[in-house]
Amino acid sequence: MLVTVRLFARLREIAGAAEVEVEVPLGATVEDAWAALSARHSALAAYATSISCAVNEDYARMTVRLQEGDEVAFLPPVSGG
Amino acid sequence: MPQRLRVSPTRFRVSDDPIDQAEVAASIAASGSGAVVTFVGLVRDYNAGRQVLFLDYEAFAPLAVKSFDRIAGEATEKWPSAALAIHHRTGRVGIGEASIAIAAVSPHRADAFAASRYAIERIKQISPIWKHEHFEGGEVWIEGATADPGDEAARRAALERACW
Repeated sequence: MLVTVRLFARLREIAGAAEVEVEVPLGATVEDAWAALSARHSALAAYATSISCAVNEDYARMTVRLQEGDEVAFLPPVSGG
Repeated sequence: MPQRLRVSPTRFRVSDDPIDQAEVAASIAASGSGAVVTFVGLVRDYNAGRQVLFLDYEAFAPLAVKSFDRIAGEATEKWPSAALAIHHRTGRVGIGEASIAIAAVSPHRADAFAASRYAIERIKQISPIWKHEHFEGGEVWIEGATADPGDEAARRAALERACW
């Protein structure tokens, strides 16, 4: 199934896009979508332990199961203010 | 004469528009407010040994607005009489310009001060907003905290800072 992945800040620069489609198996988790994306862009691996995520514009855990068409956002460490 | 509609200013906003701190405070003003504390964060010209030229802020705006609402709810749990409004700017922000304004209102000053301090600490912990610092000789993404609103230790740390 296809999910939409949104990327911000340094993650967006590494992937060269703010939004990408990622193919994941049925029953895949956010973690699986991250793994699929990291396989395309090896420099993302440096963020494996510091990212957090959102699904459909709400904070989520990496263990959440995705549905077809979900929008996943990966958030590098934040620095607002 | 047609009746004029009163449009309340937005309490929580993420936008490229310059910040109007009076508007932020006005969005939560109430007749019972004995105290308004407004915190305004400005872009500094110097950071970590670098001469800063400007900052470019990026945000995941819909979630950032939700995070402000969530933080305001957390603050109200702790200080039930306090209410918050938060505006954050995105895009290019020059030296001396405001990147954020937080207004806290309460019948009493102690709660307003504490709630505003709590809000800025929490925003730095969980709001999906990023600073891209452009300095003399280069640029760098500033990376602070892993955004996890469920991290109770982080929330306690923000409360402790607010209550000093």
